[in-house]
Amino acid sequence: MSTNKTNKLSWAILLGGFAFLYLPIFILIVYSFNESRLVTVWAGFSTKWYGELFEDEQMMSAVWMSLKIAFLSASAAVALGTLAAIALVRSGAFKGKTLFTGMITAPLVMPEVITGLSLLLLFVTMSQVLGWPEGRGSLTIWIAHTTFNMAYVAVVVSARLRELDRRLEEAAMDLGANKFQVFIYITLPIVAPALLAGWLLAFTLSLDDLVIASFVSGPGSTTLPMVVFSSVRLGVSPKINALATLLVLAVAMAAFIAWWFMRRNELQRQKEIRSAFSQ
Amino acid sequence: MASSFADDKKNVHLSISQVVKDFDGFKAVNDVSLDIYQGEIFALLGASGCGKSTLLRMLAGFEKPTSGDIILDGQSMLDVPPYERPVNMMFQSYALFPHMTVEQNIAFGLKHDNLSRPAIANKVEEVLNLVRMTEYAKRKPHQLSGGQQQRVALARSLAKEPKLLLLDEPMGALDKKLRTQMQLEIVDILEAVEVTCVMVTHDQEEAMTMASRVGIMDQGVIRQVGEPVDVYEHPNSRMTAEFIGSVNIFEGTLSKDESDHAELICDDLTVAIHASHGVVGSLGMPMAYAVRPEKIQIKRRAPDQPCNWAKGTIKDIAYLGSHSIYHVELANEKIVLVSMANSDRWSEVDDGPRLSWEDEVYVYWADDSGVMLNS
Ligand SMILES: Nc1ncnc2c1ncn2[C@@H]1O[C@H](COP(=O)(O)OP(=O)(O)O)[C@@H](O)[C@H]1O
Ligand SMILES: [Mg+2]
Repeated sequence: MSTNKTNKLSWAILLGGFAFLYLPIFILIVYSFNESRLVTVWAGFSTKWYGELFEDEQMMSAVWMSLKIAFLSASAAVALGTLAAIALVRSGAFKGKTLFTGMITAPLVMPEVITGLSLLLLFVTMSQVLGWPEGRGSLTIWIAHTTFNMAYVAVVVSARLRELDRRLEEAAMDLGANKFQVFIYITLPIVAPALLAGWLLAFTLSLDDLVIASFVSGPGSTTLPMVVFSSVRLGVSPKINALATLLVLAVAMAAFIAWWFMRRNELQRQKEIRSAFSQ
Repeated sequence: MASSFADDKKNVHLSISQVVKDFDGFKAVNDVSLDIYQGEIFALLGASGCGKSTLLRMLAGFEKPTSGDIILDGQSMLDVPPYERPVNMMFQSYALFPHMTVEQNIAFGLKHDNLSRPAIANKVEEVLNLVRMTEYAKRKPHQLSGGQQQRVALARSLAKEPKLLLLDEPMGALDKKLRTQMQLEIVDILEAVEVTCVMVTHDQEEAMTMASRVGIMDQGVIRQVGEPVDVYEHPNSRMTAEFIGSVNIFEGTLSKDESDHAELICDDLTVAIHASHGVVGSLGMPMAYAVRPEKIQIKRRAPDQPCNWAKGTIKDIAYLGSHSIYHVELANEKIVLVSMANSDRWSEVDDGPRLSWEDEVYVYWADDSGVMLNS
């Protein structure tokens, strides 16, 4: 049967695709439990690399630094990106609006090398002319990450703002809320899911960034991707495998929790709608 | 509900005076002046795009008039922002806050009035009772049906006891059957709380059912204002005659113009049209005569009157339950619509069997059945 054949073929392609995606990660996880110091030689099961990982102060301080920068830059990007989105969506028609809207998305497609280099030049010039920021370190990484994260947040939030029914805000104003109260009680709660999505996106992007951070970091401010990358160049340590395994686990758990919450909300909502109409 | 207003109750509550709204050279509202009386339900009726919503939004404060003034209860509203106006609006498709329960939606406006907690709770309870939605207080808007959402929206806009209530296409989001029911229900509620109300609709039936007076709007201008019966029976222009209900229009030239009657020579008819009212115009000027389908009679034999009749053939009969519409084609292919109640036993109306397609008939009407229109 030809349908049977194509069925088998498409299964094979699907399996191949998934293997291509997940086999490397699987191998990485397996080797994190390898006894041997040589990454490519299996010498029995052990969890000793996890122990060594937690004792490696340089590694742990890089993890801490990355988390701190990711948290702060995601938060700053949500604040600034939301303001940018409001300005773009709500400012009405003005000359060059399309240009500005396009320009805010430019950092999304700009090669990271260029973003990193230009920010480095900016920081150097600023510290020469203004005396601030003094040298480079976690502050400059934070500013750099906020810059490109802000663009992502602005895009996510402005999509949601455009969908928001203006009549809701007018209704609130009609009922006695001034512009500020309308924003706090109506606009913000309704776009909150987009703010959360933007924050999570910014957080992972910041955690992930190697190129830009390498440009604008200074001595004593190495982020996790920088540590991983430089230590791999000196030869892969199984500690990196252990770290990567933990990261994969954390990401998978975060994704699962997000999915579970969304599914629960959706089920709840459907149940409520059904009960409303069954009366 | 076209309750007529006794003269002594007519004190002007809202005065719209020479209001213009110009959108980049396009006059969406063009020199509108209107007086709305205390406690009445006034309907602005007009086709989509005629400027009704723009006028309503100026009353709510969302748009600023380019010129003119809006005076509510003796006070100019021009410099009062929407959140300080004693005006509340029920929005098209309701604009209920999706993240708040029914209760919270209604309490939202009250919280901005600096009322105490118990006072707010009492008021919420009271208006929920008024719209019979008490048992749904804890629900979110998406858990309500269309009619229930509308009642919550009405409750929310009544909770602050506004001096003026605005309704924008109140039935726009409901299906036909629910519409008729809600129209009457809303009117009952509005009359119970005695609020002055301006509503906007493109549905003439809705305006006729709900409003004590209607204003016919067209291209930013109010063409006619009056009680629904007046506007229907005595339209002042072809535009209003054609907009409200269906109408037969005969065009011709004025041939007789006395104080108590007028005559029209019409190309479509072999006899003159005689109207029992005078007109403003001069002999020989073009004029139109409008007569409603239900004011026209139909029979097989020629009527014994010198004017106001025509001979034709039945081309179509639309059966509408209580009545039927006959499409009668005259010699020059003009179609005249005649509406007749189906309860009239045919033998009493005319001789012979029931009328059917291709029958030769005469249509005729009385002197006072229609109106002469010079615009
Ligand atoms: N903010 C605006 N800017 C420009 N034109 C507008 C604006 N609002 C309404 N208009 C125009 O004014 C006219 C009347 O609109 P509207 O009052 O909404 O009509 P209606 O409610 O009778 O359908 C329309 O032609 C519309 O395009
Ligand atoms: Mg409208």
